[in-house]
Amino acid sequence: MGAFIGAAAGYLGSLMVTKRTALMGCSLGHLTIPGITLALLYGFDVSLGALLFLAFGIVLIWLFERRTKLPMEALTAVVFASSVAVAFLYLPEEETKIALLGNISQISLLTTIIIAILSLAVFLVSRRIFSDMVLMSVSEDLAKARGINVGKTNFIYLICIALTVALGVRIVGGLLTAALVAIPACTSRNFSRNLSQYSYGGMIFGSLACVIGIIAFKITGLDAGLLVIITSAIFFLISLLFVRKH
Amino acid sequence: MEKEVLNVRNLNVQFDSEQILKNISFKVDRGEVLVILGPNGAGKTTLLRALLGLIPYTGKVSWKTKNISYLPPQELIQREYLPPLTIEEFFKFKKVSKEKILEIFKEVGLPVDLLKRRFGALSTGQFQRMLIAWALVDDPEVLLFDEIIYGVDIGGKETIYSLLHKFWEQRNLTILMVTHDLSVVWEHADNVLCLNKKKICYGEPKKILTLKNLEETYGGGIKFYKHKHG
Repeated sequence: MGAFIGAAAGYLGSLMVTKRTALMGCSLGHLTIPGITLALLYGFDVSLGALLFLAFGIVLIWLFERRTKLPMEALTAVVFASSVAVAFLYLPEEETKIALLGNISQISLLTTIIIAILSLAVFLVSRRIFSDMVLMSVSEDLAKARGINVGKTNFIYLICIALTVALGVRIVGGLLTAALVAIPACTSRNFSRNLSQYSYGGMIFGSLACVIGIIAFKITGLDAGLLVIITSAIFFLISLLFVRKH
Repeated sequence: MEKEVLNVRNLNVQFDSEQILKNISFKVDRGEVLVILGPNGAGKTTLLRALLGLIPYTGKVSWKTKNISYLPPQELIQREYLPPLTIEEFFKFKKVSKEKILEIFKEVGLPVDLLKRRFGALSTGQFQRMLIAWALVDDPEVLLFDEIIYGVDIGGKETIYSLLHKFWEQRNLTILMVTHDLSVVWEHADNVLCLNKKKICYGEPKKILTLKNLEETYGGGIKFYKHKHG
């Protein structure tokens, strides 16, 4: 399961770093905490709770933005900070750590299959929009003139991010999802010569970090989410020795 | 094949309450070079964007071809903070064959090993040639250029214009070009459109580029300096 989520998050992360939206993973991760809280209180799947609350949060931010014309990032801060505060009022203390740092100890085979399918879908859709998104980063006008529907592509991209965050909270919780997307992409960028190496490198480093982190969890019994992030951070530190001049 | 490639009638662009372009009408024939002149904020870039349908407008824009290539102003092309995008990968966005890329590189005088270089690692001159190659690689009928010579010295500017002139002759291209550079008008333009939110003048440069029209376009203070070549 970790390998699939890590791969999808790493691949999409290479786009998020390109678009300079990697920290969105952090804000959206926080937005999932009330959803995780509800899931833990009422005993349903945490990813489902996270996804429902992400959708609710995104609509709320969109409505606030239309009403106030305030910057989207400022409104995201308003919504995620308020929702985290409300969530912690109701979250039992013993469940707090799960909500913040994730928990992979009790996952059924069916859940694993669903996560694998969703991760694969995120990867395939991200791959489909990848070159359009990069061209949009080079010049939005150039992309539009090539017939790329910028609004539609950005919307698909946002859905991919929301799904990845909802899946990622299983492993690293609501607190550290930005790390799941950002660190493998940054590591890959330090190693790569071209776009292809960069995107698939993100996928490989993301997947490897999850697999090694989860194996370390099985051996040590420490939190899997933390071990995944630490593994990813170690890869990044190693990559610093191979940084290519841009 | 029809002679006319573009017909614009009563084009208006408005952002919020500000009128950016007012009642612009003109036409462009195949193989014509139209230069769009005007001061900063005159609506030149907005005009090109409207012609391409990138922004909302009222009025009528009729293209007789869909085979159009566009280069936005260089300041709107991101070169920093991009992923490790190589020039070859940038050309692949156009889904053309490697042979086609090599051919156009040869024509614009760029070395093939540049294809492996990163997008942000080219000099200004190389970058402009590369953009011209990118615009031409899929054999467009019409080219729309916005301030193509931005940030280039006089020598570099001449090279770019000579290159464009060569392609215009070889391929019977139609070119719509936004520039501040009056010398381009005299040397290369069939027609000129002077713009300052509205159409000030339109026609052959020799007939319409009068002091009065230029003063109206640029807001006064224009002088012609005549000099004799020895």
